[in-house]
Amino acid sequence: MCQVEEEYHEQLERVDTPSASKKCVKCKEELAAVVIRAGDAYCRKCFRESFIHKFRAMLGKTRVIFPGEKVLLAVSGGPSSCSMLSQVQEGVSQNAHKKLRFFPGIVYIDAEGGALGQCKEMRQKTTSELCDMFRSTGFPFYILPLEQVLDLPGSVLTPSPPSDQPGSVYKAAVDLFLQSGDSSSDGKAEEQECVSLPAVQESHTRLLQQLIGSAQTLTAKQDLLNTFRQHLLVHTARTRGYSKLMQGDSCTRLAVKLLTSISLGRGAQLAQDTGFSDCRYGGVTVVRPMREYSAKEIAYYNHMFKVPSVVIPNLDTKMPDKASIQRLTQNFVTKLQADFHSTVSTIYRTGEKLQTAGRGSSAAEDAEALALCCRSVKFSEEASALQATLISEQLSQSSVKPEPPANVGQCCSSERPCGGAEGTGDCCRSSSHLVGSLSSRDHEATDLRSLLCYSCRRTVRDMSSVDCLPQYVLSVAQRRQNRSAMKEQISEFLLDDA
Amino acid sequence: MAAPVAVHLEFGGGAELLFDGVKEHHVTLPSQSEPWDMKQLLVWIQRNLLKERPELFVQGDTVRPGILVLINDADWELMGELDYQLLDQDNIVFISTLHGG
Repeated sequence: MCQVEEEYHEQLERVDTPSASKKCVKCKEELAAVVIRAGDAYCRKCFRESFIHKFRAMLGKTRVIFPGEKVLLAVSGGPSSCSMLSQVQEGVSQNAHKKLRFFPGIVYIDAEGGALGQCKEMRQKTTSELCDMFRSTGFPFYILPLEQVLDLPGSVLTPSPPSDQPGSVYKAAVDLFLQSGDSSSDGKAEEQECVSLPAVQESHTRLLQQLIGSAQTLTAKQDLLNTFRQHLLVHTARTRGYSKLMQGDSCTRLAVKLLTSISLGRGAQLAQDTGFSDCRYGGVTVVRPMREYSAKEIAYYNHMFKVPSVVIPNLDTKMPDKASIQRLTQNFVTKLQADFHSTVSTIYRTGEKLQTAGRGSSAAEDAEALALCCRSVKFSEEASALQATLISEQLSQSSVKPEPPANVGQCCSSERPCGGAEGTGDCCRSSSHLVGSLSSRDHEATDLRSLLCYSCRRTVRDMSSVDCLPQYVLSVAQRRQNRSAMKEQISEFLLDDA
Repeated sequence: MAAPVAVHLEFGGGAELLFDGVKEHHVTLPSQSEPWDMKQLLVWIQRNLLKERPELFVQGDTVRPGILVLINDADWELMGELDYQLLDQDNIVFISTLHGG
């Protein structure tokens, strides 16, 4: 052990760099071609097998997709979703041994014109490329412009009654399906309908651009874009009769999303935003089968096995590192991953363990918040962090005359104190509330914000004008306000829930 | 004196946006006394091919984290990363994993 003249070997621990002559760790015969995780080198064939197997195992182990179900694949054109598409395509077409037994459809939301301001030719080009790609799969596909979000009904924000099928029923359903004969499934392959990009009115595009443009920061813009895209996807799935929505978020992307959600204040929805299945929307369950693949695996697979994908510039393409919270987090995680190979998987595993505390049944609809993120929030908790934030906000505006009369709106989101006693709100003149009667607008804005969850509040706060929000959001907000006002009026006559 | 080395470069996954949208490049590296290695190739690309925003492609000595490099369809980690010496008719692919999803 410890001696005076101890000699240490010259060879200290050396990093075992995989070399070109390293054999695949799985089959041990072929030369390795790709390194996954830290040090696991696979040859091409084994990599492909494990890739495909992981996808099937994911679906099989979680048992959420029942045989014969209609599943909508949300394809953004990027590598993960195109990889998911090709996996599904391969899985559905295979011989009976491990055939995937659901009926897929494809949806693509075209955000280029409205949100990103791309010219018409670029839009057409991308759309036709994607159209060709989708057509070759043989599944029904829908290409929707994001402008359609302006016409959504208010029912998008309320979860429809779920059709719950507990796990124990899964086995029975599979057996039943097998008995009734797989032959029916081949004949039932739907005729490929394709809904190509409907002619988009210029005015809608302008409205959408205004909506996205009203957010001052890139973070808020991206947040709004994601929210509306999600709404449109859920709405499409509902109206076309799909009970599952598959999204292609990779492990890396989910790790970044996790950290970003915490920064944005969406901590309470983390479990559902990043978990395998997301039941917030009631009838439509969002499923993420690609969540165990790192971005590197997907990129390598797509390149080696020629999976087509389309590069579509995003809001934060070519932006500097600190342009938005999302971008900053992505850079942080990616850089850390380069040196510490277990970063992404650690974040991911931690995310898997998260659960929201049970809130009891949602019978009490009164305190339910209108959340753009479709999350029900009860504001009745006295000691929550949100309350603390609100109180400190009120205190920091303490030079405002408190409780102005009802026809003058509260001063909202202004840094400087305002002499509210002057009346009709000269003070509240921030850059936006210039249209129409100031007081009622301010009032509306504050009221809308009071209905939102914390992170949606922050996003809306960044917007210069709340009126740009689509009609369905404003009308549902109005309805909720009316209901809670009504409830207050009759509260004396209601029996307490003991 | 090493002979000029002809390599085939490909950019994918969004990285091509930094190169005017051109995905494939056939380049011939000029001859020099030592053999070309990846480090020198990156410098050469930055100087001659990269059209904008170098910090989105190269970071210091190496590529930006998040860009996957394949040498002859094998992960460059298996080939020695920056120390790999280029041979004639090599196929080098740079795929950005940061874009899209």
